Amino acid sequence: MASTIPWERVRRSASKLTTPLHPDDYLRLVNPLWSSRELRGRIEEVIPETEDAATLVIKPGWGWRYNHKPGQYVGIGIQVNGKFQWRSYSVSSPPERRRGTITITVRAMPEGKLSSHLVNGLAAGTIVRLALPEGDFVLPDPPPQRMLFLVGGSGVTPVMAMLRTLDRRGSMPDVVMHYSSPTEDRMIFRDELDHLEQKHEGLTLHRLQTDVDGMLDLADLDEICPDWRERETYACGPGPMLDAITEYYEANDLEEHLHLERFSLELGGEGGEGGTITFQNSGKTVEADGATTVLEAGEEAGVGMPYGCRMGICHTCTLTLIKGKVRDLRNGDEYDSPNEPVQTCVTAAVGDCTLDI
Amino acid sequence: MAISDVKEYTHLTEDEVEQIGRELDQIRADIEESRGDSDAAYINRLIKIQRGLAAAGRVTLLVGTQFKETRKPAWVLGAGLLGLHKILENMEIGHNVMHGQWDWMNDPEIHSSNWEWDTAQPAEQWKHSHNYIHHQFTNVLGYDNDIGYGVLRMAREQKWSPYNLGQPIYNSLLATLFEWGVALHDLDIERIRKGEKDPKEMKRQLKQIFKKGRNQVLKDYVVYPALAGKQWKTVLTANVAANITRNLWSYMIIFCGHFPDGAVHFTEEEIENETRAEWYLRQILGSANFEGGRLLHILSGSLGFQIEHHIFPDLPSNRYPEISEKVQALTAKYDIPYTTGPLHRQYGQALRTIMKLSLPNSWTSSDQPDPPTPPRDRKRRGDDERPSRRTELGGWSRSSSKARG
Repeated sequence: MASTIPWERVRRSASKLTTPLHPDDYLRLVNPLWSSRELRGRIEEVIPETEDAATLVIKPGWGWRYNHKPGQYVGIGIQVNGKFQWRSYSVSSPPERRRGTITITVRAMPEGKLSSHLVNGLAAGTIVRLALPEGDFVLPDPPPQRMLFLVGGSGVTPVMAMLRTLDRRGSMPDVVMHYSSPTEDRMIFRDELDHLEQKHEGLTLHRLQTDVDGMLDLADLDEICPDWRERETYACGPGPMLDAITEYYEANDLEEHLHLERFSLELGGEGGEGGTITFQNSGKTVEADGATTVLEAGEEAGVGMPYGCRMGICHTCTLTLIKGKVRDLRNGDEYDSPNEPVQTCVTAAVGDCTLDI
Repeated sequence: MAISDVKEYTHLTEDEVEQIGRELDQIRADIEESRGDSDAAYINRLIKIQRGLAAAGRVTLLVGTQFKETRKPAWVLGAGLLGLHKILENMEIGHNVMHGQWDWMNDPEIHSSNWEWDTAQPAEQWKHSHNYIHHQFTNVLGYDNDIGYGVLRMAREQKWSPYNLGQPIYNSLLATLFEWGVALHDLDIERIRKGEKDPKEMKRQLKQIFKKGRNQVLKDYVVYPALAGKQWKTVLTANVAANITRNLWSYMIIFCGHFPDGAVHFTEEEIENETRAEWYLRQILGSANFEGGRLLHILSGSLGFQIEHHIFPDLPSNRYPEISEKVQALTAKYDIPYTTGPLHRQYGQALRTIMKLSLPNSWTSSDQPDPPTPPRDRKRRGDDERPSRRTELGGWSRSSSKARG
């Protein structure tokens, strides 16, 4: 079968024929998915979920490993007005190579041009760019014996991937899920959740229409799920909801049992010292402080910096650090080997450094 | 004469020069604002065509040369397709991508930071010698290594030596081996000769050139011929022909950029405290366009719009025709020389300069055009603006409002 052919070796030899390009640069002109230079995917189908949300079924191209953990997100880049724009969405399908596709579910945000475009404007056959799955908000293996999901709105998508995985394995532990949504109509996956609830003894669902009944009062948890303190809690939803949950769990000394997914960059790490950043090819330099990312500094200096998600996911912004040192603002990791590739959107200068652009 | 002050040369006031700068900035802003799907489609389509030509050329040569009846036509067709592919890749695609013209698309596969082109020079060295040195110090004597590339004497200000007598020969060699001339350009052989080059940097560059050049040579002159088996010689000669075609063509186009008669040189006084607007003016005065249809412009990497390219090196090349109309209107308004002409005339002038400057200055005359004359304002003067000069011309007085008659 195909797997016995050493494809990597074949491609490396073929590159003698295509240098300075890769064989993939030619093959992708035959089939856009036949390239692993940049991860790609083809939109196979757009399935409406609610009036403002849709599920995109994507067939990934070469280089995709179908090894995402349930709950992780992927970056998706689409060309709008000639320009690639990147966002991240949780994968809602369980990890299975056999399917040959992955799905993500997107809600059109009122101000979000890109999310509206994804929900309403994407035709089947469109080629998109993909970034490898990332994220720590994942279903542990083996899963905890007792779990509680606190979900708000489109925060249901990573949880759905976990539930589908548990369903597929046929080993649903004791799971309580509390799902808030403005109205019943806007509840994504409500039919599938109904079905799962009927199918699995262990799964209990609480639905809340916040337009009618108001937001979840966390004090009610004692009633909804009396043993919530003994469960591993997974929460995903709007920022204010997650803030409230974090505070409540901290007050109850239970933060170790709380797992959160936020869709925004948290630069929790310590800043760099700052310094002069030199952009070698354009000959531009800029003074940057330790809190300014290399990407922002470059843009300020007028360098045409590549960028994607701007949150350290998609690696579009990666450039070669010729010399100097940068610090990853998310975790404080430092990079200082000569000619090391660095993600400019999440790193800041530690002293003077030079980048190859 | 090399110019030491663009304002003085063009008889423009400081305010006028700054105004020109603002108008050019506006042209840039308009284009940046309107970049979109059709521009992205242009470069993607071009890349598709170019890679298609490459594949077609290689297959034609490998397959077509195996049969006696098709061997000759396959050689001609294959070499032609390959030559065309290399011309498109180097000029309209590679050169422009490396200028960052398509960086705004945010597509890592078409980006100046990692583009590598199908020629012997490593992209990194090209971006230094071309984008950084040449585009910044365009036509400034002693600063811009592109004035003759350290091989030819192309300005009367450059000192003549008997070495220059050989210019006609160096020129034909440079044209034929252009790819390799370009490959060595960033090494700056003149500085190596004078012992001014950092040996560590030189070693690094040489290693880079060796690696890139080796891959190019292996591909065109070893691997593809070997794949053709018995017909290796046919494929080899076709590949040589394709590379030489590309060399001659790009040499000619590039020599039309700054060597025709209207493109002037500058002294280092000009770049002291040079403002952005003055920089614009220097680019206009130091560059030369040539005229032609859309196809000719694409095949020459849009360098027929050399002036526009030098003012806006990082705007997408497919927009140069419309930018050119605006720039020409602007230069006409301010009486700034705008050098252009048919390709054969522009190259003819460059060639004449190569020949003439192989000899000492006193043996030849300069072909540089006269500088612009001070502005004459051509409007008809009223009587109060025409002071009387003579009184012996006969009297004149206004009649009453009702003419007699």
